[in-house]
Amino acid sequence: MSVRHAMLALLSEGPKYGWQLREEFEARTGEVWPLNVGQVYTTLQRLERDGLVESDETSAAEGPQKGFRITAEGDQELARWLRTPPDLSSPPRDELVMKVLVALHVPSADVHAVIQAHRRYLVELMQRWTRIREDETGGDVSTLLAVDAELFRLDSVVRWLDAAEARVNRAAADGTMPWAGQPRSAPPRKQTRAPLHGSGGK
Amino acid sequence: MSMLELRGVSKSYGQGSAEVHALRDVSLTADEGEMVAVMGPSGSGKSTLLTIAGTLEEPTSGEVLIAGVSVGKASRGTKARLRRRVIGYVFQDFNLLPGLTAAENVSLPLELDGLSARKARVPGLRGLQRLGLGERAAHYPDQLSGGERQRVAIARAMVGDRRLLLADEPSGALDSANAQAVMRMLLDACKEGGMTAVVVTHDAQLASWADRVVFLRDGTVTDQTAPAQGPEILLTPERNQ
Repeated sequence: MSVRHAMLALLSEGPKYGWQLREEFEARTGEVWPLNVGQVYTTLQRLERDGLVESDETSAAEGPQKGFRITAEGDQELARWLRTPPDLSSPPRDELVMKVLVALHVPSADVHAVIQAHRRYLVELMQRWTRIREDETGGDVSTLLAVDAELFRLDSVVRWLDAAEARVNRAAADGTMPWAGQPRSAPPRKQTRAPLHGSGGK
Repeated sequence: MSMLELRGVSKSYGQGSAEVHALRDVSLTADEGEMVAVMGPSGSGKSTLLTIAGTLEEPTSGEVLIAGVSVGKASRGTKARLRRRVIGYVFQDFNLLPGLTAAENVSLPLELDGLSARKARVPGLRGLQRLGLGERAAHYPDQLSGGERQRVAIARAMVGDRRLLLADEPSGALDSANAQAVMRMLLDACKEGGMTAVVVTHDAQLASWADRVVFLRDGTVTDQTAPAQGPEILLTPERNQ
């Protein structure tokens, strides 16, 4: 999530103060992505440095306040960002996928148990997100979309686990599994290996 | 109080080398007001579990209790009463009667239980309206879409304030919005009306509506989710840092 572009999006509606930007960002993302004050002001300073926002100080009852507004360059940058797809060309390094792949090659690991442990955890997370969607969003469309996105993301991982388990079952039936998910009965044979660095010197 | 209890239920089909074990020593409870989802891949025994819980099939061994009544020891009349008055069943392929309208299909269980057609029509129509099908009441099943037929089947299973709803993939033919509406209605019936629901599915999004998710594999219960936790665990500031 680009905080920089989220700030530009909020400012495209009209000038705002820093504290307003923080509150509105959190409200519109359903508090799914909380921001701290420091992040907001650092981002605004960088946007101002790059000519994408302008600021002016006004006096209020609580003291002077700095207001921000988007520039024409900021509008162009926001439009460019909205239309640019994020880079999804290379698969992310997914820890869960790695664990299942590693389990295939660990003789003592029960692959089904590993898959089920992750599946249960993901479904528990989905239960909580479903409850949030029903009880906490107050019908706010932005929040509903954010929660839906998380539910679909988790669901896709559960589906991958289901597919992985089916593939493991087929491989076990075909005899093509590395260890067929069964504990290895005998200890590994000790291997002799040439030293990495030769003993002979110059 | 447990509305449904399965004690060590096993079910096998065929004999000798052709014997297939659909369920092996399954124990499961669903309390009053609880929604339980049963998840598992195709062939894991989900539908068999549901038909046995719904008294549509008998287990090879083990015991099924519905509202405290042991089904195996109950007379045919008691079983028939349980099916008519206590259990609502949503079949995967809907099982609507083609010669009856949507409203007639929904009110049929009440008529079979002795209510006049005129009196049974009122709760039947109410059930259809709750599922957004009030305007389709006079349509026949072949005039309805797959999603509409599924909702008629759900309305029929719930009519007459059944206390135990057993549903086999109840949102399989529904789009995302309609699936959510159906699950919301089932959950409300559990939380506000005290109904118990057991929903069988392979869909994690559907299962995530349940209070508890039970996992089935090769006819055996392998796992279940922990008791529900509050949402605050997902909304901590650390998440973004």
